[in-house]
This record gives sequence, C-alpha cells and structure tokens, in this order.
Amino acid sequence: MSPVLAGVLQMLALIAALALAYRPLGDYMARVYSSDKHLRVEKWIYKGIGANPDTEMRWHAYLRAVLAFSAVGVLFLYLLQRLQGVLPGSLGFASIDPDQAFNTAASFVTNTNWQSYAGEQAMGHVVQTAGLAVQNFVSAAVGMAVAMALVRGFARSRTGELGNFWADLVRGTVRVLLPVAVVAAVVLVACGALQNFSGIHEVGQFMGGSQQWNGGAVASTEAIKELGTNGGGIFNANSAHPFENPTPFTNLFEIFLILVIPFSLTRTFGVLVGSVKQGYAILATMAVIWIGFVALMMWTEFAHRGPAPEIAGGAMEGKEVRFGVGASSLFAASTTLTSTGAVDSFHSSFTGLGGGITMLGMMLGEIAPGGVGSGLYGILIMAVIAVFIAGLMVGRTPEYLGKKIGTRQIKLAALYILVTPALVLGFTAVSMALPTPPHSILNTAAGSVDHSGAHGFSEILYAYTSGANNNGSAFAGLGADTPWFNTTIGLAMLLGRFLPMVFVLALAGSLAEQKPVPATAGTLRTEKPLFTGLLAGAILIITGLTYFPALALGPLAEGMAA
Amino acid sequence: MTTRTDKHEDAMSTATPTPAPHDDVSAAHRGAAGGAAAGRVGGGLFDPAQLVRSLPDAFRKLDPRLMVASPVMFVVLVGSVLTTAFSCLDPTDWFGWTISAWLWLTVIFANLAEAVAEGRGKAQADTLRKAKTDTVARRLTGTTEERVAGTELRIGDLVVCEAGDVIPGDGDVVEGVASVDESAITGESAPVIRESGGDRSAVTGGTKVLSDRVVIKITTKPGETFIDRMINLVEGAARQKTPNEIALNILLASLTIVFLLACATLPPFADYAGTHLTMVVLVALLVCLIPTTIGALLSAIGIAGMDRLVQRNVLAMSGRAVEAAGDVSTLLLDKTGTITLGNRQAAEFVPVRGTTEAEVADAAQLSSLADETPEGRSIVVLAKEKYGLRERHQGELIGADWVAFTAQTRMSGVDVDGRKVRKGAAGSVIAWVRGQGGTVTEDAAEIADRISASGGTPLLVAACDFAPDGKGDARVLGVIHLKDVVKDGMRERFDELRRMGIKTVMITGDNPLTAKAIAEEAGVDDFLAEATPEDKMALIRREQAGGKLVAMTGDGTNDAPALAQADVGVAMNTGTSAAKEAGNMVDLDSNPTKLIEIVEIGKQLLITRGALTTFSIANDVAKYFAIIPALFAAVYPGLDRLNIMGLSSPDSAILSAVIFNALIIIALVPLALRGVRYRPVSADKMLRRNLAVYGLGGLVAPFIGIKLIDLLISLIPGIG
Repeated sequence: MSPVLAGVLQMLALIAALALAYRPLGDYMARVYSSDKHLRVEKWIYKGIGANPDTEMRWHAYLRAVLAFSAVGVLFLYLLQRLQGVLPGSLGFASIDPDQAFNTAASFVTNTNWQSYAGEQAMGHVVQTAGLAVQNFVSAAVGMAVAMALVRGFARSRTGELGNFWADLVRGTVRVLLPVAVVAAVVLVACGALQNFSGIHEVGQFMGGSQQWNGGAVASTEAIKELGTNGGGIFNANSAHPFENPTPFTNLFEIFLILVIPFSLTRTFGVLVGSVKQGYAILATMAVIWIGFVALMMWTEFAHRGPAPEIAGGAMEGKEVRFGVGASSLFAASTTLTSTGAVDSFHSSFTGLGGGITMLGMMLGEIAPGGVGSGLYGILIMAVIAVFIAGLMVGRTPEYLGKKIGTRQIKLAALYILVTPALVLGFTAVSMALPTPPHSILNTAAGSVDHSGAHGFSEILYAYTSGANNNGSAFAGLGADTPWFNTTIGLAMLLGRFLPMVFVLALAGSLAEQKPVPATAGTLRTEKPLFTGLLAGAILIITGLTYFPALALGPLAEGMAA
Repeated sequence: MTTRTDKHEDAMSTATPTPAPHDDVSAAHRGAAGGAAAGRVGGGLFDPAQLVRSLPDAFRKLDPRLMVASPVMFVVLVGSVLTTAFSCLDPTDWFGWTISAWLWLTVIFANLAEAVAEGRGKAQADTLRKAKTDTVARRLTGTTEERVAGTELRIGDLVVCEAGDVIPGDGDVVEGVASVDESAITGESAPVIRESGGDRSAVTGGTKVLSDRVVIKITTKPGETFIDRMINLVEGAARQKTPNEIALNILLASLTIVFLLACATLPPFADYAGTHLTMVVLVALLVCLIPTTIGALLSAIGIAGMDRLVQRNVLAMSGRAVEAAGDVSTLLLDKTGTITLGNRQAAEFVPVRGTTEAEVADAAQLSSLADETPEGRSIVVLAKEKYGLRERHQGELIGADWVAFTAQTRMSGVDVDGRKVRKGAAGSVIAWVRGQGGTVTEDAAEIADRISASGGTPLLVAACDFAPDGKGDARVLGVIHLKDVVKDGMRERFDELRRMGIKTVMITGDNPLTAKAIAEEAGVDDFLAEATPEDKMALIRREQAGGKLVAMTGDGTNDAPALAQADVGVAMNTGTSAAKEAGNMVDLDSNPTKLIEIVEIGKQLLITRGALTTFSIANDVAKYFAIIPALFAAVYPGLDRLNIMGLSSPDSAILSAVIFNALIIIALVPLALRGVRYRPVSADKMLRRNLAVYGLGGLVAPFIGIKLIDLLISLIPGIG
C-alpha cells in the first residue's frame, strides 16, 4: 500500500469513527447540560465548594465564577510548582523558577499547555497529576461551560440567565470528560502506553552510554490531554514519544479523541437550540475546513521535492517512522485546528508550506473544530459576523437563530475577533523589534540576528500564535524558557483565553435577554449549504487575511522558495 | 406636478428600467405621484455632471472634525497626510507623490459620493424654503385680532386665515371650512378641503387658503413645523445614523483596526527579513486592505435611501423607521382604498323568478338615476356596460317624479308613466313593496342572503305597475349585487410579499363574512373584521409580542395610538395632525398602497450596504496578491510566485492596487445612490444572487482591474 493511500484511508477511518460517535455523544452532552438532576458525587462537590448548582446566573455572575475559578487555578498551580522542591513524590526535581512557573500555570489553566520545560526533566508526579492533570480536566470543562452559556443565550429568550457555572463545570468534568477519559486510558494502556508512579530508571543504551526513563501516569494523562484538547504531555517529545503514543493505532485513536468532543458539540448545540440542522451547518463548516487543511497538509508533505524525501516517500524529517507522513499530517492539522497542541511530529521540520498550514490553522481561531467548547463559541462568533453581512444582503436586520444581531452584538463579536490578532501580531512585532528575544531563535548562526531567514521568524510567530490561541504546540527551535518569552507568552495565553470569554458571555447575556424573531421566508436560512460556504469564506478571508503579510515573511517565503 | 418633483419625473424615466407591473395600483388610486409610478424600488438618478457640481462640497468635507464620523475614511485621511509629509522629505520620489495623490483622491471620492447624495436633496429643500416665507399671522385673543410674525406663534395660539392667506404654522382647524392649496408640500395642485372636527382638520404651515375663513389652533413650535422638518430631511441635515448603520460602522472600524495591526507590525518583521518598508508603502498597503469601498459609500447609501422615499413623496421622520420597514413581517392594510377601490360597485343584476335580467337592469338603472352616491353611479355604469342601456338623463323623462337617495330612506327611484320603480337596501324596499300592497317572493330573500354570504351587498329592485284602473301591482324584480372591487394586481403583490416572508392582514369594518370573501379574493393572509381601533391595537401588540415588526397606515385621530405602536406607522397627509404626529412616516400622496414600496425601499437600503461590504472585503484577496510579492519578492524571490497577475514592477503593482481602490469608489457611486437591484424573492434566492454578484464579483473584479491599470501604467516610460 502506498503511503499516500494509507494516509487517505486513515483519514476516512477517522471520519467514520467520528460520524459514529457524533449523535450519541452530542445528544448525551445535550442531556448532561440541560438535566435538572444531580449525581450524588456532584452533590458532594457542590457541598464541598459551597455552590448552589440550581441558581441561575446572569452573564456577569457567570463570568465572575469563570474568572474566580481560573484565578484560583493559576495561583494553586503556581504555588505547587514553586514548592515542588519541598513536596514529596517529586522525583527529586527542584522548584520551578517564578517566570516559568507563571508561564506553566497560565498555560494549563487556559487549556493551552504550552510547555517551556521538558516534562521528564522538570515536573515530578505531584505536579503532573495533582496540578497539571487536574487542570487538563477542569480547563476543558470551563471551555465547554462557556460554550453552553452561549448556546443558552441563543436558546433562551426574555431572560438574562445563562445557567449555573458550577453545575456546568462539575457536570462537564464528571459526566463527560472523566468517563470518556477512563475508557480511553484503558485503551491506551492496552495498546502499550505507560501507567505507573515509578521513579527514574537509568537505562543502558544499545550503542553505549545511558539514558534516563521516567514512569508516570502517562496513559491517563494522554487520554485527557487529547480529549480535553490540552496537549501538554508528560514527556518533552509529547505524542511522538513511544510511552505516550506507542503504535499507529494509538496515534489514530488519539486524533479521534482530539476531535470527538469539538465536533460532537455541534450536535449538542443543534439539540439545545431546537434545530439539529443548525448544528449540521456549523459541523459542515468545521468539516470542510478540517478536510481541506488535512488534504493540503498531506499534499505538501508528500509532494516535497528533494533527494531525501523522494527516497522516504515524503518529507520525513521530524516525523516518526512508525506513523509516516500521512498519519503525521493528519495529527498536525488536527492538533492545530483544535486548541490541543499535542504533537506526534515536529512542526518545525514540516515543509515550509506545511508549517504555514499548522500556523494558519491556529490563526483561524481554532474553530475547525477547535478546542472543547472554545471551538464552538469561536465559530459561533464568526457565524454572528457572517450573518451580519449576509443578513444585510437579504434586506433585513441580521438575525441568527431568531436573535437580532444589532449594535451590541456586533460590538462584542468585533472585540472578540480583535483580541488574538492584537496579541499575536503585537507580541511578535515587539519580540522582533527588541534586541534580545530574537537570540532565542536557535536556527540562526551562532545566535547572531543576521538574515537567518523566514524559518527563524516563523519560530517566534508560531510561539505567540500558539499561545494567544491557546494551542500550546511549539515550532521547535525556539529557546522559549527565557523570562521574556515565559512572561509574554503567559500573558498572551491568559488574555487570549479570558478576554474572548468576557465577550462571549456578554454576548450570550444580550442574546438571552432578547425576544425571539420568528423565521419567515424573508429570513436568512442559516441551516443551508449556502450559509456553510459563506461562513467558511468569511472565516478564511477575515481571519486569514489578517495574518497574510506575516505568513508571507515566514512559512510562505520558506515554502515558495523550494 | 410642481417643479419640485419634475426633476425626479425626468430622472425616473432614465433610471434603471425595472419592470413596473403594478403601476395600475397606485395609478388607479390617485394619479401617479412623484416617482411612484415609475415602478418598483430601484429608480435612482445619477448624472455624472453632479460629480463636478459637488466637487467644492467634497473638498469642504475634508475637515477632520467631519471625517472622524467615518473611521475608515478618517484613517485614509491620516494616511494621506502621512504619505504627503514623507514625500515632502524626499521631493524627488515620484512614487511617493503619486501614491499620496491617489490617497487624497480616495478621500475626495468618498466625500464626493456623500456630497452628490446630499446635493440631490438641496434642490428640493430650496423649493420648500420658498414656501416657508415669513408670514404674518393674525393671532386671535378673545375676539380681538393682532398681527404678529409667524415665528412668534406658540402652541395653543389661535390664528385666523382667510382666502389668500398663507397658513402661518402647523395646526388644526377649530372653526370653519376652507379649501387649501397644499401644492407646496405635496406637489398636488388640486385644492383640498380642510374643516373643523373630523379627520380633515390638519393644516400645514406654508400652505395657502384659497377660499373661506378658518380659525386654526397652532400645534407646533416655529422651527419644528412640518415644512422645517421636511427641509432638514431632504437636506440630510437631520440624518442620524440608524442602528444597522452603527453596527456596520463598528464592524468596519474593527476590521480597520485588525488591518492596522497587520500593517503596523510589519516593519519589524520586514527588518528581520532584511528589507525596509517605507511609510508610503505601508500606508498604501493599509489603505488597500481596510474596507474603503463601503466606508466611502456608507453615508451616501443612507442619504440616497431617504431620498428614494422623498422621491416617492414619503417623508420618514427617522432613518430608523426606514430600516424598520425592511424588517417588517406583518403589514396591516386598510381594506378600503388600499386593497379595494374606495367604494362598492354593482357587479351583476340577478332577476327573481318570472323576470329577466334585462328587466332588472332597466329598472335598476332607472331607479338609480337619482342616486348620486358612488354605488348608485356604478349601477348606471354597469347597466350601460353590460346591457348596453344608454344612460338616460333625468331631464329626458317628462313628468317624472324623482325620489333621491337619502341616508334615511335608503332608497332611490322614480315615478313615471304610471310606474314606480325603487331600488335600495333590502329592508327598505321590502317595506315599500308591502306598503304598496304587494308581496315579496321567497326567492328574492334567498338571492339577497346568498349575496350577503358571498361578501357582497344586495340591493333590491322593485316596481309597482299601476293598471289603468289605478290598482297597483307591487313586486320585487330582482337584486343588484354590490361588491367591493379588489384593485388590479393586488393578488400578485401579496404573493410577492409572501415570498419575501411578509404577512398581510386586511383591516376592515365589514362583518366577518364580507371580510373573509374579500380577503380570499385579494389573497391576503389574514383579516380583522369589524375592527375597532382597540382591535387594531391589540393585533399589533400580539404580533409584536411574537417578535414581529408591524407596519400600518392610518389617517384618523383614532388611528393615532396604533400608528404610534406600530414599528412603521405611515400617516396619510390628508389625515389629522394627531395621526401625523403619531406615525413615523407621512405619505404626502395619501396613498396607502405605498406601504409596500416603503418596505421594499427599506430592504433595498440594507441590501446595498451588505452587498458593498461583501464586495469591499472580498477585494482584499486580490490586493494581497498584488502588494505582498511587490514588497518582499526582492528578499524572498519565491514570493514572486504569488504575483499571479504578472504585474510589471513592484512600484506599478502597489500603485495599481491603490488606483483601483480609489477608482472603484467612483465607479460604485451610481450603485450606492440607486441601490442594489431589488426583486421580491425569498431570502435564499436573494442571498445566492448577491453573493454571486458581490462576493465572487468582489473576488474577481480587482484581479482584472488591477491588471488593466498595471498595463496602462507600464506604458508610461520610465516606470514599467
């Protein structure tokens, strides 16, 4: 079987698996977020944190809860890392420096999982499991909660109430993420992923010399790392590491885990707003972009010219032999179109255009299908903007799902789309303009900032793109563990996560207060393929064009040079 | 027609020839008024000479305090200043000077678009100002009259106007009746009657009393009169941004910020790559990317939209109302005058057993000659048209004793040649027949009931023949079927509205049976029978509670609450000042059918904005393909592959994009003023068409345009 065919078949198998899970999981999540019953364990949690899960929250109350919960998370993670040196079960690792501890805390609470450390050389079991792994669950649940608040904004009328954050947070964790993650972890263990709390082993190498191997709760971390679109692995090599991702099957399974909740949430959305067709239209938009990106990625990676790629059957540098070009392309496109950032190959080693595709995937705002929850609310914001322009073209005040898109709604949506470009381009520009940060570009000759070209620029552009969009993957080659990058990327992650949430929740509140506008023949039909095409076009043109000049100087310059 | 609308008449004839299938509707009502007859929404006017005439205004609008209202164009203005300043530093840089010149032109073109749109209202305003001459009012205090300036009048003052006087301010007639020439505001030269009490009491300042004497109670302050508001409206001075326009402005501003970020962050990136970007080039890139096309034309579109209403003799008191018109999903239409012709008309003569149709027709005609009501006239007309009965004149019949129709007897007829004929309301005629000693056959009542059931009104025709011995033989001959006549083309029009997603509700004082029959014949979706003002109000509230926007027309004082409650309330100019005050639009032609056109104009306004926004954003793709390779192909030769247009040189590529960006504004001015072509189809079809034209068109057009400009530029020696 040719590698190209293998890649295509894997993609088809993945689509089939996602299609099978779509309805049951989507419907299940709709029930989870609309049920009025509490599980016993949930009641204990509510009692423990002193929350009443049955009170309805207006948008600012919901937002306050989101921010308070996340602030506590950042503080806790920060302290945990700072105290690692004195905590037991830390494999003897020292406490983490303040700038890196801040960066890592921000990273895991924002569902980014940018890692400026090498996991197996810095973080012990306590930080990994009690700190980072916990945030893998709850940061994902926060994303889903905010998405549900926005969906309720569309579904509800004449109220400002968006549900209860604590109930959404706990249910997302207990009823959705935990059960699926447990099953997934068992599957991964069965396929050979590691799961223990062993210490560091000195292992003799075949060619002489020795190597250190850590144990850890690898399989369980791996499961939630993909399922919650987190991406932060136990090992520095992430999902390229055989302990995390041992076989081609686990590779495909992990991609499935990355995509299954973000895609299925469109079903949940459809059910909750009372029209599954509306969910299909959003799903179709996500799917069109995702398939397009995967196809482009495979094309550029397989078609790469040069003697080595021709022998290997494609651009194999930085890719695992056990996965090959096809599966690596599939993983790379999926991890950057969601907010995951796990990698099974090194994006820096992709062809110039391939690297550009990973960046563009993040720059679109990670909405195809995007992070758990954040993908749905991100694409709904773009839908609001697309509806506004298209709605004018049918001669009515634009409306989406029966809600008018007026001044306040457009203002909030416009602010949302301003945040990430400002962070990505602003921080990248400052970094390039300052004398020191470019020295972190490892590909320059001996640290000098000469015309070392497009690839070096891509490394910094990628770092802020990944941070501000809460992706977390890295374009290897940037020495990011400096106070400047730890601090600025940390800020980019926090602002890139929570500012958009402010606007999303404010929008949800303003939508929930409206009375619904009944659909007539004069209403724009947002469940039709025409709208799907329009939405995809709006996403590509509005967000894509923002970054075109920057991309031209990085991956495009590199890719076109070949 | 007065001079005020002549201009539009001429212009309309040269306007886009959109088919006007429903001319008959408005024409049937009251002669075609203003531009209304020229058909559907669409007719705009654009004369290239206007561009030249408006040039001074365009320069005046360069004032930054005015420009700041449009964030997009303000950025271009700042950019123009910057590039000019940088060109001054290097006076030999022909490229910098050329770019600066075209950036200034971009700003001027935008101002020109607005100036042209405003200029079209100026002529109208001038005519109105002539009407608003300083009048001397005869103020009445008790019984004494004093002469004061019109501007000194306050609300509640009583003034006297006699034949030849110009009415000094808006008010209601409280005493007397007069004929008034309102041509100054309506363009209609036939005088109208204004009288105290009832729904014809409102008078407008600036109009002229032609006969008699009236006492008027002033209802508006000077400076806020109807004519003042009209002047402000047509000049665009009173124009406030509408909600959708504000929302669109926010979106455009945020896109501008996004592209500002993209351009402002570029220099460090470029420096790292080893090339330096000049300020001129950066500004050129920025101006090409920000949505200048829609930013430049946005206010012209709004002004032109209001102007299109004015051309149709409709005054919108706020732009908000025009936009709301596009959103309307329920139209309340008064039956009489809107859906049906003003009065019921005879449709057929139905004989009872033993008589012929011709006999009934003959008797009906004879008995109706003394009936001057429209119904009576229609019987005579039907007899002539259908039965060839020549209309007889009352004088022809010697010795005839005419019985005229009165509201009390509800009968008319004639006694002639030993025969008495009568026609009238069923009860009256039956009583008459019995009184003459005759009997009423059963089938007469049956026929009458059948006609009632079908929504018509039955009139009985009876005759009493006197034998030579003087003995009378009274009997019913037959029944006249009077029915409401639905205006031509209404059914098609309602079908169109349905396709646009608009529900039509007919409002009538008729009983439900009659109402249902007419509703079915006209093809409206629903009806409200035996409607009282309270019912109307309740209906509007019910629709609004369901999230629908409601439009209605009205003229009476008792319509005022409903007009105020409706999202779009169109008051008839003939109506009371209470109604005019309550509504948010006034139709100077008092043609209720125009509501449909108002809805279309509202939609067209929004469509034009959306279409040009889409066009503007789609344009960016091509501009990137022109500018990016031009900027960076020197350091990264691979990027020259993006130069798919094959532009001749970097300078020429950037210049071509900037020139295209400026010229497209001027090229689209006629479209902005005229509005995007509008057809009443479903949202799906409309979106598909507009996306194809303005979305795909917007992607493709600049590729062609920039290439052509580049070809021209490359012919200039020393550049290509």
